[in-house]
This record gives sequence, C-alpha cells and structure tokens, in this order.
Amino acid sequence: MKTIRFEDIAKHAKQMCMEATHNLSGNMVKKFKSAQQTEASPLGKEVLQQLIENARIAREEDYPICQDTGDAVFFVELGQDVHIEGGSLIDAINKGVSEGYREGYLRFSMVEDPLRRKNTGDNTPAMVTLQLVPGDKLKLSFLAKGGGCENMSAFKMLTPAAGAKGVKEFVVNTVKNAGGNPCPPVVVGVGLGGTFDQCAMLAKKALLREMGEKHPDPFYAQLEAELLDEINKLGIGPMGLGGRTTAVAVHIETLPCHITSLPVAVNMDCHAHRQKTVVL
Amino acid sequence: MSTSVRTVKLKPPLTDSDVSSLQIGDKVLIDGPIYTARDAAHKRLFELIDAKKDLPFPLKGQVIYYVGPTPPRPGRPIGAAGPTTSYRMDTYAPRLIELGIKATIGKGPRAPEVINAMKKFKAVYLVAIGGTGALLGRQVMKSEMIAFEELGTEAIRRLTVRDFPAIVANDVAGRDIFTEAVAKYAVR
Repeated sequence: MKTIRFEDIAKHAKQMCMEATHNLSGNMVKKFKSAQQTEASPLGKEVLQQLIENARIAREEDYPICQDTGDAVFFVELGQDVHIEGGSLIDAINKGVSEGYREGYLRFSMVEDPLRRKNTGDNTPAMVTLQLVPGDKLKLSFLAKGGGCENMSAFKMLTPAAGAKGVKEFVVNTVKNAGGNPCPPVVVGVGLGGTFDQCAMLAKKALLREMGEKHPDPFYAQLEAELLDEINKLGIGPMGLGGRTTAVAVHIETLPCHITSLPVAVNMDCHAHRQKTVVL
Repeated sequence: MSTSVRTVKLKPPLTDSDVSSLQIGDKVLIDGPIYTARDAAHKRLFELIDAKKDLPFPLKGQVIYYVGPTPPRPGRPIGAAGPTTSYRMDTYAPRLIELGIKATIGKGPRAPEVINAMKKFKAVYLVAIGGTGALLGRQVMKSEMIAFEELGTEAIRRLTVRDFPAIVANDVAGRDIFTEAVAKYAVR
C-alpha cells in the first residue's frame, strides 16, 4: 500500500495545466518543420511557419499557445494499492485545475449547464476518465482540449459487414467535412469497438498516445498509415487553406465488441496539441 | 489565386473601396481598432438590434474579430488572442454586414448566406491563423472593455492592433478560398 497526498495530486494537476498550455507537446514543432519541406501550397507553408513562430513566442514570452486553453481532460490510471489521503482524487484534480487556470492566466471555458450556460469561473470541473489498474502508482495524463476541434467529433454504429473499408470511409469523411474548422494539421483519434460510450472514450484516449507512435498491432499500424495517407490527399491543408498537410498522425484504439456492432468514433485534436503526463 | 502572396495594409474603419480592392489569398496587416465578439456577445447584440436599442459601438465600416482571449498577465493589454471558429456566428453575420460591418475575422469557412451578404453589401471575411494565440496576442497594443463585461472572455472589447496578420478568405466577388484551394490540392 502506498499513500499519496491530496495536496500532491492537486499540485501536479496545477503544474500540468500551466505547463501544457504554454508548451506544444511532443514533437509537434518537428512535425511542422518536416511538413514545410513537403507542403505543396505556398499559403500552407506560410501557415506552418506561423505555427512554429507561435510556439516559440509562447515558450519564450510566456503566452498560452492558443487562447482556447481547453477543457481540462484527465485520464487517470489509479493503482489499486494506492491510498489517497486528505480528500478525494477528483477534488484534488479540480483544485489543481482551478488554481492552475486562475494563476496561469488561462481562459475559463466551462459553463455550468449546457443550456443555461453560466461560466463556472475557474474552468472546473475537469473531465476525468478513471481506470483502476494493478500496482501502487498514480498516472495522470492531461490534455488541454480545444472546443473547435471537439465540435468536429463524430460517431457511428457501422455494421460488421462494413469492415475496415467502412471504417476508413467514415473517418476520412469526418475529417473532410470538418475542413478547416478543427485547426488542421490535426491529430486524429479513432475509437473502434466497445460499446457506444466506451468507443467515444477510446477516440479521446487515442489522442494521449505519444505523438505519431504506431499501434503495437501491425494490422492497426497499417490501417493508421493508410488513413493518414488518405486524409492528406483531401487537399484541406494547414487551417483548411489548401495543401497536403491535413493530419500529422492517426491513432487508433480498440476494444472487443458485440457480434452485432462495429462502433467507430472520431475525436480530433488541433495542431495546438497540449498534453502532459506524470506518474506519482 | 496567384502563387505569390500579396500583402495589403488595412486601416479600419473600412470603406467600400478598401474592401473591394481585396482578393482571396491576399495577406492583410491591420492597423487600428477592431471589435471582439463571439457567441454570447452576438446573442446580446441581436437582442439590442431587435429591440431597436443603441448598440455598444457603431457598426459602419467596422471590423469584428471572433475571439475569446485569455486574461492578460500584469502589464500586458491581453493574453493569447487567436480566432475562434466562424461558422457559429453564421446566423448573425449577414444582418451585421447589412448594417455596415465591413470585415469579420475568424477561422474556418462561412455559410453561403454569409458569402452572399458579403457580395451584396461589400464586405470581406478574413482568416487569422487558428491556434496562434501568442503570435496574434502580441499584435494587440490596447484593449478596452466596451460592453457585456459580465460575459468575461466573451465580452465586447475594442482592440487596437498593429500589423495584425490575416488572409482574405472571401472577397466582394463572392469567391471562397476554402473551396478553391482545397480543390486545387486534393489528390484524386
């Protein structure tokens, strides 16, 4: 049994919010630079240059990368041998989010109620997905998830007969219909299988994978590569202004599913991919 | 659309001839006042318009920027201030253009009704690069609260900008950069 203190969780959650929103994650800038070499559109190249420049200004001059500092999305893997002392896990995360967004001069983008729409005033509550796992560690993964790309999400229950071809069609069409709205070049998260709710969760979880890392199963790694290729043939380009750089990665996550169903969900992240993970 | 990018300076308030000289694909650098408004502020503006009440700023010749900035750090006028997605304001834009708005700034494509209104009443749609909140926030010299302060980030502010970069996405001829450019680079 390991004890983790409420205050430590809150402190880490706070830091993650403040750091992730000011630093592009992983190798996004590297991806922009390599895309500049292959991008056919002059305007597309110019957009990529501005993205690189923006990341530098944000880092050096202490501005958030994007004014939409997002929903505070947390995926949490809680070891079943962990005891949390001093309060609840969810309260600790929300305390971190509240302090991080207020003290980090980040935007409050959450409303209390979907129809009455009064702002909560500190960007809480965090959107938390909790998974209980073996062991004595607590893994917190944070994603500052912009609303513009979230609005372009889609879900469909395909028939098993639709197969990989049907999945590809649905994913490519979702990206096509989204056009410039989700701030391409995007990261495309695809959930396959599970139930209706689990499938949507997978699509978001896919966005937390190390950028561009392939699926461990070669069958799905191949499908990811084919999807990326087809998406980049759509012509949408950086910010939808035309070009060959529409997505920088496609990540697929799967779960077993019912004999009747082939659920597929698409959740995209904008080029301002802001993610951070810590293990306590 | 030409392959080289032409750059034009814009100083709001804008006239018919200012906007008529612009073509899709042109890069513009804006100097002067622009007004922020997004979902909630548009809803409030329309309540005033429908009630025939005075508006918080005169619309004629002005530029509306779809943005909800982050709060400023001490000593700065504003935080990150990149564009939000414009289609959410498509239901409001034609009426505002008819009432005198000469340019809107946002990201992503516009509905045919908005494009038609721009053609009919001479206005343009400019895209700023989404997600470049730091780069664009730095071009804001001054920010003044104009209306609906209680809306927080969604309040209407008058921003004084210098060399604020954007690209003409719809011009007064009714052309649309999104459909034209995407068709050009699609691989069939």
